[in-house]
Amino acid sequence: MINRLISPEVPAFGPHLLSVVDLSPEVLTGILDTAESFLEVGHQSVKKVPVLRGKTLLNLFYESSTRTRSSFEIAAKRLSADVINISTTQSSVTKGESLIDTVRTIEALGADGVVIRHPSSGAPAFVSSRVGCHVINGGDGCHQHPTQALLDLFTIRRKLGRIGGLTVAIIGDILHSRVARSNITTLSRMGARVRLVAPPTLLPRGIEDWPVEIFHSLEKGIEGCDVVMALRLQLERAAGGFIPSVAEYARLYGLNAPLLERVAPGALVMHPGPVNRGIEISGEEEFTESSAILSQVEFGVSVRMAVLYLLMGGGPEEVLAGGAVPDKGGKE
Amino acid sequence: MAHEILERNQGTKDLYLVGILEGGNLLAQRLGELISSFEGVSPPIGAVDVTLYRDDLSGRGGPIPFLKQSHLPVPVDGRKILLVDDVLFTGRTVRAAMDFLIDFGRPSRIMLAVLVDRGHRELPIRADFVGKNLPTAMDEKIEVVMTPGREGVYLTRSIPSGDLHDQ
Amino acid sequence: MRDQETGCLFLKNVHYFDPSEGVLGYGNVLIREGRVESMGEVGPSGAVREIDGGGGLLCPGFVDLHAHFREPGYEYKETIATGSKAAVAGGFTAVCVMANTDPVNDNADVTRAIRERALDVGLARVYPIGAVTRGLGGEHLTEMGRLSEAGCIAFSDDGKPVSTSRMLRRALSYSRLFNRPVIDHCEDPELSDRGVMNEGSVSADLGLAGIPNASEEVCVARDLSVLEACGGRLHVAHLSTAGGVRMVREAKRRNLAVTAETCPHYFSLTDEAVRCHGTHAKMNPPLRRESDRLAVIEGLKDGTIDVIATDHAPHAPHEKEQEFDRAPFGIIGLETAFSLSLALVREGHLSLSELIYRLSFRPAALFGLPHGRLVPGGLADFVLLDLSGEWEAGRPGYYSKSRNSPFTGSLMKGKVLKTIVGGRVVFDGEGDVCG
Repeated sequence: MINRLISPEVPAFGPHLLSVVDLSPEVLTGILDTAESFLEVGHQSVKKVPVLRGKTLLNLFYESSTRTRSSFEIAAKRLSADVINISTTQSSVTKGESLIDTVRTIEALGADGVVIRHPSSGAPAFVSSRVGCHVINGGDGCHQHPTQALLDLFTIRRKLGRIGGLTVAIIGDILHSRVARSNITTLSRMGARVRLVAPPTLLPRGIEDWPVEIFHSLEKGIEGCDVVMALRLQLERAAGGFIPSVAEYARLYGLNAPLLERVAPGALVMHPGPVNRGIEISGEEEFTESSAILSQVEFGVSVRMAVLYLLMGGGPEEVLAGGAVPDKGGKE
Repeated sequence: MAHEILERNQGTKDLYLVGILEGGNLLAQRLGELISSFEGVSPPIGAVDVTLYRDDLSGRGGPIPFLKQSHLPVPVDGRKILLVDDVLFTGRTVRAAMDFLIDFGRPSRIMLAVLVDRGHRELPIRADFVGKNLPTAMDEKIEVVMTPGREGVYLTRSIPSGDLHDQ
Repeated sequence: MRDQETGCLFLKNVHYFDPSEGVLGYGNVLIREGRVESMGEVGPSGAVREIDGGGGLLCPGFVDLHAHFREPGYEYKETIATGSKAAVAGGFTAVCVMANTDPVNDNADVTRAIRERALDVGLARVYPIGAVTRGLGGEHLTEMGRLSEAGCIAFSDDGKPVSTSRMLRRALSYSRLFNRPVIDHCEDPELSDRGVMNEGSVSADLGLAGIPNASEEVCVARDLSVLEACGGRLHVAHLSTAGGVRMVREAKRRNLAVTAETCPHYFSLTDEAVRCHGTHAKMNPPLRRESDRLAVIEGLKDGTIDVIATDHAPHAPHEKEQEFDRAPFGIIGLETAFSLSLALVREGHLSLSELIYRLSFRPAALFGLPHGRLVPGGLADFVLLDLSGEWEAGRPGYYSKSRNSPFTGSLMKGKVLKTIVGGRVVFDGEGDVCG
């Protein structure tokens, strides 16, 4: 894989953003700094910069998502890129076209970058190895959601001034959460201590090596935390037998005002959205001053602008992902 | 140069210094300090990273830089903006900076001050205030050093031989 | 097989090894009418063809107890012809093929059709395995008597486990009538749920649904309990877990009629391979952890695991070139099995004679096949090996119709020089299958 973005001064980033696993603290900081600059663009009289003029970004969403899709769309448009949105209900995806054929078609149309949201873990990586444009993971299965983790990092840094040394509790369905997986990596890499708070049925097996502390009790898990990050509970988990009922989950793992007295003073309450009111976070807590949930949405645009700019800002000679031709081995 | 600026603008009214990152930033600060010491009034000072407005980002082939933080402490609308940079060369950076400012608001006027004008313009741009005109060859490099105690402009040819031009 | 068998073949300058008696010799082998006439210091009396073995190792051809040739029904993945080519290129002269074709091999017509097709192809000997239940539906036993007569040498619903403990009990008991083993794919579908790879640190990282070790172990435990209660003969397919190996070991200690196989990938790779090989490292049971890999090797060493089978499971490129969770389970294995297994010898886990035994005589004996011997009067099904020969898997291609293997491009050590079935050379080294 050719990576023209590597140089001695600037740490490696690109040509795709598939996972946060490869991002060093220096790259993470660079992305956040770049996102700070883009926050300004939102305050200009012309909320647009010409850096991606003439480039096309495709939002390919195999799962419904209002937030992430519109956030990427606004980000791309503020960078003067053209944006095409394709969701499963409109495209030939529903006619049984395979992912690889869909992406090849799109590539033939001339997209410079593709944001993929897909229910299968690893789908964006699979696509990236077979196309020549930039691929950005917009959330894949239970695997990764890199831009969400970056915007969470950005939100924490802006609100609390630092990330290193903070204690962050991530609460809820860790097993099925791509947000948690990405956040655990970025937060610990930036020097935060990460706690996972979940019932045993919603924790993956095999996480002994993860840089986290596990709690089953919400009260103990959030004690003294600087950031409390609640995950969205997919309501069908109760039907899957992971929890006996949503009501019991809300009682054991729902955040509420009395509980929040246990966190550190000035702590942030975060949620990737959309919030199930009264389940992950009780109704009254969501919009108190400790809540950073709307800031997360606002900052998401700047962070995605930073990602799009850093990946797609270069010329065509940088748009080179390897392996566009899979090996042909068969004799027959 | 600070005197000249004050003279031509008849004082500091509406004056707004904006340094182009990286080279113009310290220079803008320095000019601001001098103006303040002459007039007793400090004009606002900003800084812009014009990377996003460059016309050569796509062609350069090198790494895409992380952005420096642009900083415009007060709105630019109606102000007399003095863009400050260290070296004026092709004029493309200045063009980018002007586009940036115009996207940000509507200044009443934009002026340009540079420490060194080395020629070789590729756009119809000229500086209003020039520290020194320094004719150069295309393959020479100009380096402006503003470390306290070691300030100067260095002209380097491809065969390394340094000429020191005192400020 | 075909008329060439009547010819006479003289193989000179070979080390020959018979795993049934553990005899190693050097010299020449004279083959007449598909059988070994004499060996040792013999001359080419009346031979029409002479082959110099170059001092290579001549062994009985390998016997694979577990392969999928996909015909009838899925000829786009593999056919009896391409599967047979892959087999002989990998040194396998006899292959038992699973019943999950379309139509399922649950009636004598399908069995006969498979055998006839294999005879037409005339490469490896193909032995059909009949389904345990009609249509693999898990509800009605197949007519095992008629299937046995037609040529089925064992019964299996492979692809899935025998549906219930009651059905397993019936199958084990009834198959005794014909002295045929029941092969079970040991998996508890409830525990596997929607799992697509081993459950562990890799699945946790990749966010892929996991198949726990317990999924195999629960089913092995069930099968052994049922076997103990009602008798019959049980063969456990593709053992992959430490727990499964342990239970089979204990059962053998108690003299239960159980045998077991594993596949080269379970002692060659761990679930880490999923990270780089993607769907080409997706099979069921899945690649497990290092501790399981070592337990499988231990099982082979102490005889708990009787044989190495391939679970050769071809899938077309468009099926594997998909999202991980949508791609089908399975990898091809016939062409790489010997080289991968030979690593066990190089690493000191098995002796060479032990390895040949587990690839030829032992599997043949388990299913009552007349193979796996290199003795005067015995069938002339051989493989000639170059133990230090190196080659690159899948380059320039595979003989199989499919190429779904995590080993493609890997350097393989140990090479099949020639494969002989019934006294006829059916594979003659690189790029040449004599079809």
